[in-house]
Amino acid sequence: MTTPAQDRKLRDPSLNPGDQPYFDACAEGKLLIKKCNDCGQTHHYPRPLCPFCFSDKVEWITTQGTGEIYTYSVTRRGGPVPYCIAYVGLTEGPKMMTNIVDCDLDAIKIGQKVKVVFKKTEGGFSVPMFTPIG
Amino acid sequence: MTINGKAYIVGAYEHPLRKAPNTSVSQLHAECAKGALEDAGLTKDDIDGYFCAGDAPGANVWSMANYMNLKQLRHIDSTDMGGCSYLVHVAHAAEAIALGKCNVALVTLAGRPNSEGSSGTQVRDRGANIPDAPFEMPYSPVTVNLYAMCAMRHMYQYGTTSEQLAWVKVAASHHAQHNPSAMLRNVVTVEEVVNSPMISDPLHRLDCCVVSDGGGAVIVAKPEIARSLKRPLVKITGAGESTKGQMGGNVDLTYSGAVWTGPRAFAEAGVKPSDIKYASIYDSFTITVIMQLEDLGFCKKGEGGKFVADGNLISGVGKLPFNTDGGGLCNNHPANRGGMTKILEAIRQLRGEAHPAVQVKNCDIALAHGTGGALGHRHGSATLIMERE
Ligand SMILES: [Zn+2]
Repeated sequence: MTTPAQDRKLRDPSLNPGDQPYFDACAEGKLLIKKCNDCGQTHHYPRPLCPFCFSDKVEWITTQGTGEIYTYSVTRRGGPVPYCIAYVGLTEGPKMMTNIVDCDLDAIKIGQKVKVVFKKTEGGFSVPMFTPIG
Repeated sequence: MTINGKAYIVGAYEHPLRKAPNTSVSQLHAECAKGALEDAGLTKDDIDGYFCAGDAPGANVWSMANYMNLKQLRHIDSTDMGGCSYLVHVAHAAEAIALGKCNVALVTLAGRPNSEGSSGTQVRDRGANIPDAPFEMPYSPVTVNLYAMCAMRHMYQYGTTSEQLAWVKVAASHHAQHNPSAMLRNVVTVEEVVNSPMISDPLHRLDCCVVSDGGGAVIVAKPEIARSLKRPLVKITGAGESTKGQMGGNVDLTYSGAVWTGPRAFAEAGVKPSDIKYASIYDSFTITVIMQLEDLGFCKKGEGGKFVADGNLISGVGKLPFNTDGGGLCNNHPANRGGMTKILEAIRQLRGEAHPAVQVKNCDIALAHGTGGALGHRHGSATLIMERE
């Protein structure tokens, strides 16, 4: 059985103040996360206050855009096309919710290595998704 | 300070409807309140504390308080913890009663997701100012795939199988056959569950709960009032509440907030999991039950699949009878919030008023546990322990 991933309409993110740099970077093909300069830890989704130590000395860092699948599910009913939701553990540490795309949805596995690709939402935002490497 | 012994559940009512297209949500709330008051032998003007959650029209407390014309209110709580709100409400009511802030507390739940066409594969609009939404909504998280991701990880990490998940539904269906109000009354087999259509890997249609209209209500009262009434005494002995999320990106979907609420509730009640004769366990999906049973300490982490297999949750067959009304998997899930019905069946069991085919013998200690939100991203948990006196 194979289920090729199909492009689908993606909801626009409704940005809150502070979110713009993340999506601007996505438009340039870069995936950013936040790093705290006090406790040294990285986090996602990005916040102006470190969720570990509450320091405001957080800065954007550019990730390698690589990681591995922590878990996933292919949703086969309810939408116009099947799609794969997942959490990917980034090489830098944090796990992020995403979709796995541009592959056979039936061949996706936990532990698979993936790299970031960017897909456009209905309103033209770029959002990071992942595709298996090799 | 403890709530153990400070308050009793004196009235309970479950709305009989599963589809109510011509009944307003406020009417459903009020009918549940009336039913619980009649069950208790109290009147509306005895109520001096009112508890409701986001399913109440307007997501506030004053619309329903006004609709029912509750005139004596001196303690109000509209804590919203999604589906487990009502377990939290009972605990908060016991706290308020222990402090003398009210004497008779009403908790109501009602909703019509069945009539309104709700489904677990719909992306729900979450409103403005939600900090996580821009980083999730483009990926279409829906109720079923958020739980499916937990199930997928559980299978990978612990070797849990689809057949083990199916046993949860099989047990619920064995109970639902005796409940005339249940939406799904046919007994199903493991094979039927795993051969039902795949909704979101690895959860099949029969791994999912029903979508129903309806509601329920309970009345919590101070001991002096409880003893003056004619109903069997159901004492609140312990409770716990918590939230769990994505921990800044350190996501771990193998456990729920029950790892904190269980020990708190057991400690307060002075009992342990092996003392529990009956358990109501939130069953939005089969995986929900397996994870929560592990987290509450009924078995070791990762062994929930083995624990539920071979009918271990079936009343009269297994070691831990659960959801003897058929639960959310077969009976009802009013307002997409299953916490109230979890309390109601535990009360029936403690009173000896469950259906004779599923009534647990000498059911003196029961637990009800619920989840709100979704285990796959952010959720609340609540545990309640009750004893027959
Ligand atoms: Zn920090």
